[in-house]
Amino acid sequence: MGPGSRSQGSLGRDDQLGTDAAQRAREAVPGIPHDTDGPVFREPWEAQAFAMALALHERRIFTWPEWAATLADEIKRAQAAGDPDTGETYYRHWLNALERLVAEKGVTDAVTLARYQHAWDHAADRTPHGEPIELQPHDFHHHD
Amino acid sequence: MAQDHDHPHDDDHHHDHEHGSELSEMQIRVRALESILTEKGYVEPAALDAIIEAYETKIGPHNGARVVAKAWTDPAFRQALLKDATKAIGTLGHVSRVGDHLVAVENTAERHNMVVCTLCSCYPWEMLGLPPVWYKAAPYRSRAVKDPRGVLADFGVTLPSDTEIRVWDSTAETRFLVLPMRPNGTEGWSEQQLAELVTRDSMIGTGFPKAPGSPS
Repeated sequence: MGPGSRSQGSLGRDDQLGTDAAQRAREAVPGIPHDTDGPVFREPWEAQAFAMALALHERRIFTWPEWAATLADEIKRAQAAGDPDTGETYYRHWLNALERLVAEKGVTDAVTLARYQHAWDHAADRTPHGEPIELQPHDFHHHD
Repeated sequence: MAQDHDHPHDDDHHHDHEHGSELSEMQIRVRALESILTEKGYVEPAALDAIIEAYETKIGPHNGARVVAKAWTDPAFRQALLKDATKAIGTLGHVSRVGDHLVAVENTAERHNMVVCTLCSCYPWEMLGLPPVWYKAAPYRSRAVKDPRGVLADFGVTLPSDTEIRVWDSTAETRFLVLPMRPNGTEGWSEQQLAELVTRDSMIGTGFPKAPGSPS
């Protein structure tokens, strides 16, 4: 590793905890793309979506059986709509399930999700290329 | 954005906004959810980072090492790579397409190359996997340009004083891959053996490939 050390969160006391939690998730949730060591991700956002599910599970927002049922339902819906189910779209279904479950559990709702998505879109638009994209209050008051 | 309309996959980069940044639909949805969960106290960004960091080496197809190893063993490919990396990599059947324009810069005894970039979505993760945390941090970005030798020293990289250090800053259309020098003592090695020596840092320019026989 390079210079600097990361800050440590309650869940991230060390990497081992993250990988242990991931191992339990893999046992409980079918189909997580993996190699011999554990989960693999095609793109960075997939790992972020995976990490959010792990963190919400640690907070007991849902159980793995609940998660697996919701994810299976999302995959079934996508297949009915013509998803080729080659594994490349797995984390799209994962994110659908995540958005659905946080709404069902009252963590947030579809309107709030849409509002934040719009704000992030605006934040990206106004951020010069090469600078970190950060959400600011005025991104919420933008209408186009 | 909330509805699940059938958007082409994420690796489609658009450049509708000439001066702004671009996030894909999936990146926007992930960031929106993370903001909400963080504000409501359901997750801590540091905890998410810790989970993601555990998989730092498991994100993206990691084509970089194979591309570098091929360039070390195949002079025609090396030339093609330095001429037009996007095109050259496109000729490798087993390697997925590279978005935007990728430029390979070659390290020599006279010149060492080093790449900086930021949080933006133009990091060449198809080649290098997930950007390491230090790479995204402001100190690296600002110091890499002003004091590259000092930054390299922090990484334990010491170069002869007469070696020129060139720092490449990514732009919207151009991303960089460092082609490191092939380690001594690897004559006759196969591409596969050589690929094992190619580290992520060596392709960013903040490290060297592993020496033959060193522990992985």
